[in-house]
Amino acid sequence: MIELLWSIFDITLVLLLLALAWNTCSTRDVMRAVTLFIAMGLLLAIIWARLKAPDLALAEAVIGAGISGALLLSAIRDYPSTAMVSQRSTLIEGIINILTLALTILMSWAVWHGLNMSDGVRLSEQVISQLPVSGVSNPVTAVLLNFRAYDTLLELAVVLTAVLTVLTLNEKRAGYKVSSPLLQGMTRWLVPLLVVTSGYLLWVGAHAPGGAFQAGAMLAAAMILLQLAYPSRRQEFNNYLLKILLVIGIFTFVLVGLWMMSLNDDFLGFTPAWAGSLILIIETAATVSIATALTLAYLGGRPKGWEAGNHTDSKIAENGGAE
Amino acid sequence: MISEQLLYSLAGVGLFGIGLRATLLHHMLLLRLLALNVCGAGVFLIFIAIAYGGVEMIADPVPHALVLTGIVVAVSATAMALALGRRLQALNDE
Repeated sequence: MIELLWSIFDITLVLLLLALAWNTCSTRDVMRAVTLFIAMGLLLAIIWARLKAPDLALAEAVIGAGISGALLLSAIRDYPSTAMVSQRSTLIEGIINILTLALTILMSWAVWHGLNMSDGVRLSEQVISQLPVSGVSNPVTAVLLNFRAYDTLLELAVVLTAVLTVLTLNEKRAGYKVSSPLLQGMTRWLVPLLVVTSGYLLWVGAHAPGGAFQAGAMLAAAMILLQLAYPSRRQEFNNYLLKILLVIGIFTFVLVGLWMMSLNDDFLGFTPAWAGSLILIIETAATVSIATALTLAYLGGRPKGWEAGNHTDSKIAENGGAE
Repeated sequence: MISEQLLYSLAGVGLFGIGLRATLLHHMLLLRLLALNVCGAGVFLIFIAIAYGGVEMIADPVPHALVLTGIVVAVSATAMALALGRRLQALNDE
């Protein structure tokens, strides 16, 4: 009976997901597509929780649905509403349909075949057996920041590169008009809550679902909320500080890596006794950098006075270019 | 009764197919980006479905870490593509 209920639950989730994906992809109304995409992100978060991936559920809810949603919603303004309505010719559309259908069937067969063939190699036993020397007890954090720390370092580099591209290409988007007192009042309650939650997620990541990415995204969400509620105040940042915060994650990561190399002859090869503290230090720095990166990505370009480099110059730019 | 692993993997494949089709069909950049993100979500779902080992087994944490990385990279790449699109739009308007 319980089995049947689970099956019904699973099938409902999958059908909802496919329906949302199909509608996201088939509508030509941008606003509708983005809204459906956010809903799909939230549904995915439930699915990750169902598939025993709570770390991912948190990340998806904050990043996949939250930050992406804010990013896409604010990007809608960049496109004129009368944008190209041209369509592909029926012939090309037919060819695309047939090819993607064929590819989907082929992939389905490959997945079915692969799952039936063998049990495959599962790395969970290896991870669990090495967990006591990793410094943390959450296996996902152990993989991210100890066993495969190199990947995570490079991932931070990818995020930094993407944000640098954003900063190079554009000026910051103009803010929205002044928001209602309702949002401002709610923001006053929500922002401290988000900051505390972010700190909690960072700390708890060592032994339970959470970690630097979820915490960083939560902090970015607080910043974005402040931007939305008070578009005219908080317009100017201390750019010098922002630049430092943006790179502090990678800087700390590399520094710890080099330090460990001098001790253990292995880049990022942590000494087991210190691993817990080192991971916490790296995660704290990474949280700050990820939050800064996501906030700047949401702003869509450089804040005023970014090129000037120091605070006095940015003050001048601020006075000169008031909106 | 098919296993959860297979059900969710096939859903992932379906998501990938839907996203790929829309990426190729749409002209507008924002809609294409959304479709690409749907594609990516499909890939993540296949990963996590295969990592799921049933009720009594613990799930494989390595694919979880990979997908967590993937989610963050996906949002950065989306932000970058949006910035490129915005610049392109500004150049077209001139």
